[in-house]
Amino acid sequence: MAQRTLKGRVAIVGIGETHYYKHGQSPDAEFKLALQAVLRACADAGLDPRHIDGFASYGDDRSEATRLASALGLPRLRSATMQWGGGGGGCCAAVANGAAAIATGQADCVVVFRSLNQGQYGRFGQSAGSGTISGERAYLVPYGVISPPQRFAMRIQRYMHEHGIRQEALRAIALASYHHAQANPRAVMHGKPLDAEKYDASRWIAEPLHLFDCCMENDGAAAIVMVDAERAADFAHKPVYLLGAASGSSHRFATHAHNSPSYASANFETVAEDLYRMAGLGPADVGVVQSYENFTGGVVMALAEHRFFSPQEANDFLTLENLIAPSGRLPLNTSGGNLAECYMHGFELVLEAVRQVRGTSTAQAARSDVALVIGGPMGAPVSNLLLGSRDALGETPR
Amino acid sequence: MTMPSSYLPPGLPIPVPEPDGVSAPYWNGLREGVLRVQRCAHCQAWQFGPEWICHACLQFDPAWVEVEPSGLIFSWERIWHPAHPALKDHGAYLAVVVELPHAGRVRMVGNLLGDPLQQVRIGAEVQGVFEHHPEASQPYTLLQWRCR
Repeated sequence: MAQRTLKGRVAIVGIGETHYYKHGQSPDAEFKLALQAVLRACADAGLDPRHIDGFASYGDDRSEATRLASALGLPRLRSATMQWGGGGGGCCAAVANGAAAIATGQADCVVVFRSLNQGQYGRFGQSAGSGTISGERAYLVPYGVISPPQRFAMRIQRYMHEHGIRQEALRAIALASYHHAQANPRAVMHGKPLDAEKYDASRWIAEPLHLFDCCMENDGAAAIVMVDAERAADFAHKPVYLLGAASGSSHRFATHAHNSPSYASANFETVAEDLYRMAGLGPADVGVVQSYENFTGGVVMALAEHRFFSPQEANDFLTLENLIAPSGRLPLNTSGGNLAECYMHGFELVLEAVRQVRGTSTAQAARSDVALVIGGPMGAPVSNLLLGSRDALGETPR
Repeated sequence: MTMPSSYLPPGLPIPVPEPDGVSAPYWNGLREGVLRVQRCAHCQAWQFGPEWICHACLQFDPAWVEVEPSGLIFSWERIWHPAHPALKDHGAYLAVVVELPHAGRVRMVGNLLGDPLQQVRIGAEVQGVFEHHPEASQPYTLLQWRCR
């Protein structure tokens, strides 16, 4: 029996995104944004959109695969997968689910995408709910623990307490995203630099999180096109191969009322090892990282759980100098990420990892043959992805 | 102990058990001024939040036992940015995760009563305070915490 792996089986051949807007400012409907991103990804690949036969998404995306297939006049739809979990923790898993459909012969050309128009549908960071509430949120919302920063700050506070993490470590992550966004004309925060003084002076959202520790909320859409690795050379750009993918959750992580046994965690304790095992790689092989910043503290935990440093080393490792392209120790969020490029629910990070491997980022890392994407720290399930060049694959595809 | 008024202003959603009722003994207990959590009669494992099965031994319908509402602050946050219209002009408030060492270290989320700008120490001992809302359209009770 063949080895059960996605390594080298599937390649990303096209990427596309809409203009990225501040939340509520998109002139276009959410579904129209999705269509724009899909068509741009096809154009980037040099692919006739009628060849798409699968869609994958996450976060309960409202742009349904069947509506997309109808709208685009696809001859047929084969694979349509949605990753469970409402958060950005699915941003890499959606890629893996689409890739699995290709690798197992259930589809030939899968588009993975995320579309958001919060002006049309309401924001993640606000709730006007009244009446009654039950389930997991009943243990939190009546106490004013409502929005994502309020739901996650106590995990970060505990982590900082257990390991002596200083605010400066969180700050370095915010500064790195903003630094890279200044080179990226797509970034919503392009032309709006951040420095340490401005970070320190920014208001608290929920201690220990300042304003600049929290992601933006945006409107837009982003998409990638994937095909069988054997066909990858037929397309316009240098192919980017899946080296590994993993998703999931550690022991009882999602237990209600903050009862995760491993509480001060980004939930990558098992998922990081699964990823490295599939790829046959370790943290030293990774040249550049895109790590979902819902909140900077989650990035600290996620990077430690991917073994770039131990929690005790976090204060020393997490400096702006170490985190910026081209030659920091670990260039991080080189497009500006969720904090400063666009909160495309993390999917902009997948596109940026593709650009890094292609060599076309606006903040190109010195080592970019292996790029890591980390999705949705502290959520459940979470997911991650290793992308790489043909050379990084170290073998003929399949 | 009861509170004369509520820690947060009115207008936030009212907690009720799920339609399947798995958490009803917890919410009903709070209304009676009693904290109940699950403890499996078969293997003695503690469990919170509630579930239909014991996660440790997979026996169905873990028992509910009464526990002393006291514990240690496990983590905390001071919330400044309101995320709900009812909290819009309220100002900062404190949320805590409280660990119950005498109940298998299960944790509860609540508010820390007193000055919202007080210094909070992880590990501090706290006592539960039942915050009753008998006047609500569906009466309910929250479990709040006060430093001992």
